Amino acid sequence: MNAHAAVKPGINWIRVGTVNDIPRRGARCVRFGQATIAVFRTAEDRIYAIEDKCPHRAGPLSQGIVHDGCVTCPLHNWVISLETGLAQGADEGSVATFPVRLEGEHIVIGIG
Amino acid sequence: MSERQKLVIIGAGMASGRVIEHLLEKAPEAFAITLFNAEPRGNYNRIMLSPVLSGEKTYEDIVTHDDAFYAGNGIITRFGEHVLRIDRENKKVVGQNGEVDYDKLVIATGSAPFVIPVEGRDLPGVVSYRDLDDTETMIAAAGKGGKAVVIGGGLLGLEAAAGLAGRGMDVTVIHLAGHLMERQLDEAAGYLLKRDLEKRGIKIHCKASTAAILGNERVEGVLLEDNSAFEADLVVMAVGIRPETRLAVDAGLEVARGISVTPQMRTLNDPDIHAVGECIDLDGLLFGLVAPLYEQAAVLADNLLGGNTAFVAKDLATKLKVTGIDLYSAGDFADGEGREEIVLRDATAGIYKRLVLKDNRLIGAVMYGDTADGPWFFDLIKQGADISEMRDTLVFGQAYQGGAQLDPMAAVAALPLEAEICGCNGVCKGKITETITAKGLTTLDDVRAHTKASSSCGTCTGLVEQLMMLTLGDAYNPSAVTPVCGCTDLGHDDVRRLIKAKKLKTIPAVMQELQWKTSCGCAKCRPALNYYLVCDWPDEYADDYQSRFINERVHANIQKDGTYSVVPRMWGGVTSASELRAIADVVDKFGIPTVKVTGGQRIDMLGIRKEDLPAVWADLGKAGFVSGHAYAKGLRTVKTCVGSEWCRFGTQDSTGLGIRIEKFMWGSWTPAKVKMAVSGCPRNCAEATCKDVGVVCVDSGFEIHFAGAAGLDIKGTEKLGLVTTADEALEVIVALVQMYREQGRYLERIYKWAKRVGYDEVRRQILEDTGRRKEYFDRFVFSQKFAQVDPWSERASGKDKHEFTPLATLDLEAAE
Repeated sequence: MNAHAAVKPGINWIRVGTVNDIPRRGARCVRFGQATIAVFRTAEDRIYAIEDKCPHRAGPLSQGIVHDGCVTCPLHNWVISLETGLAQGADEGSVATFPVRLEGEHIVIGIG
Repeated sequence: MSERQKLVIIGAGMASGRVIEHLLEKAPEAFAITLFNAEPRGNYNRIMLSPVLSGEKTYEDIVTHDDAFYAGNGIITRFGEHVLRIDRENKKVVGQNGEVDYDKLVIATGSAPFVIPVEGRDLPGVVSYRDLDDTETMIAAAGKGGKAVVIGGGLLGLEAAAGLAGRGMDVTVIHLAGHLMERQLDEAAGYLLKRDLEKRGIKIHCKASTAAILGNERVEGVLLEDNSAFEADLVVMAVGIRPETRLAVDAGLEVARGISVTPQMRTLNDPDIHAVGECIDLDGLLFGLVAPLYEQAAVLADNLLGGNTAFVAKDLATKLKVTGIDLYSAGDFADGEGREEIVLRDATAGIYKRLVLKDNRLIGAVMYGDTADGPWFFDLIKQGADISEMRDTLVFGQAYQGGAQLDPMAAVAALPLEAEICGCNGVCKGKITETITAKGLTTLDDVRAHTKASSSCGTCTGLVEQLMMLTLGDAYNPSAVTPVCGCTDLGHDDVRRLIKAKKLKTIPAVMQELQWKTSCGCAKCRPALNYYLVCDWPDEYADDYQSRFINERVHANIQKDGTYSVVPRMWGGVTSASELRAIADVVDKFGIPTVKVTGGQRIDMLGIRKEDLPAVWADLGKAGFVSGHAYAKGLRTVKTCVGSEWCRFGTQDSTGLGIRIEKFMWGSWTPAKVKMAVSGCPRNCAEATCKDVGVVCVDSGFEIHFAGAAGLDIKGTEKLGLVTTADEALEVIVALVQMYREQGRYLERIYKWAKRVGYDEVRRQILEDTGRRKEYFDRFVFSQKFAQVDPWSERASGKDKHEFTPLATLDLEAAE
């Protein structure tokens, strides 16, 4: 499903797809101008949205392996918490997170 | 050389196995040995039958003396043959298949399981728990599920119950005495044991006497004296053992409860007949645990060689080997007047310690839940040391003597040199530390091989490792077995063995059964487990794509900017005008920024956007290309030189063979990437001698090479051997890779695996053992049926579409 929706200034709640559009323990991307938001679905079907750019070398976090509410960046194995966006372990740095709401099956992200 | 004495041994159990080892060690030429065994097999470690029953080990793991051992040492084996009688006048042993003379005879018939004389005891489905056949019968029965009743709550019965419960049976234990293992535990510890077993779903009934075993053609249940009854599809009789003395009685030897022997292990009325192990009776003492058996074996071997050392029975410590239950008891802990006791209970932690004192000396100890101080207490009992000044901290164990909590290493360091570390083999601390320094041992396996410590039941492994740390300092890495990752303490080999032993077929099953510390693993273990399951169950396991690294999930190599590179397969590095045109057209059509010739004789296109991948693959597919798996832990390329097709020096068609191998093996997943090459002559232009697997063609055929490296390390290959035909070359290479597939640790290249397993062992299994080679070959072919599918054409036609299309695209309205 490829939703096209307009983005107005201020907090916009935008539907981007349904839970089942995303593979469990996987992620899919929402293109938003130059930026990309990675929308994750954990093993327990919790949904998170973070910026798809690793704080280390801007690797695409959406392509990483998902485990324990975190994702391991495919480029250099930094582990990023999906909830807080913070790098785990000895690595320092964080990535922007976006609020997520579920309306039934639909995923709604807060942007702006 | 003096004529060898004829030595006949009846019974190939643990005691006689150790006697043979001592004889071969001290005087290999002294005896011509004939070994009888009622069981149709040689000696194996009987203590480890429980892990076989529970599935953690297989029979092969616990064999102590294989056919090669007996053959190599010239021992005539007559297994699966009963001995009918001993003819003492003519000094002959009469077996079912004929007689054999002896100068010296050793009776090591062990013990027979005691069968309570109740009605129905011979019904099918009633088994004892004594040897491998019993264990296999129980495993088969457990396979059908249903209810099992174990009569006897001693050490053996509980291990059987835990094993059967572990295999999913509904298990009930019937025990005559007031509490479990009453000979080793007091009532309080018995209660804790009962509680822990019940937590595992095992029902326990004490003070229960069996009246009859019910059922007409097959066992159906067990009836107790108090008229209560239990349904049963399997009944295990584990009420005890009694010495097997029939042969001795028939031969007129003196027999009490067991075969009466002197401390030199000699029978009382025949100087040429000895007896050893569970069948003997030494002044009324019987022996069931392995520690005294090994001591008797040493004494007997010495006496057979003319010595006259004597065996002295001493106090024993008992350990229960059911995973997760720690229990230790030593000395005499019965109540009695003139005796005091110190008791420590910690209900929540499930810990119970009781020390029995008499005249300020420790005479008995029972420990449940925390047994670390067992050896120390046992040492105090043996020494009869006066404990009056440390009386009030005694129960807290060695670490607490003298107030401050010492670190665990100090506790081991403080142990006296003669403190016993390994009970099974009677190995004390001094022997271990001496051998480590004398022989420069560095790994746990070395210590096990040289001192036998922790090589039997294994419960003292922790202590042995601490001793190695103490002796070697940081030269010894305590976790010689590097765990797969932070989610487990298990190494790769254990994980692979347990996946097969316990038949685990999904990642959640592996994580649950092997007690992963994390909920769903991590980026290190998930790809490894996914590979092991794909390799072990090719037709049953559904690949878990989300557990694969992105490249293997998407079938392209991710680049630093999130774009991808695509390398089509180019069989043996050979291409054509039409293939080159197709590549050029794709590069133009999708504006691919970089086109590069690779080290593997192929062409790489870099900088492709993820969304374009399916379309790129569709176009490449039309030109006949398939994925080059340039990203895979699998077969990468088979480089070739032009060989006899063009080159004036070519001895064989190296290009043809390279293409044939690549077409046969592409698509297969392996522990780490596999690179190959075929050179047409010893000038080796395809650089076959630094590949995982290489072929150097010569006039007389094909030299197969393996275990080369040319990346992080530079290493020339080892020569596997010469084969004459291309067919045989292919079969050997495929079998070699399959052996590596089944044994390698994830991310371990062939050259590291081969060094670990041993080049000769690989040659033996792959080159010499053609039967074994065929099995490996067939298993590879079987797995290719599922693996050899072009992932690109699948995705070009829509598979995993979600992977390549964004969830949503939002247009940015002019923000203020």
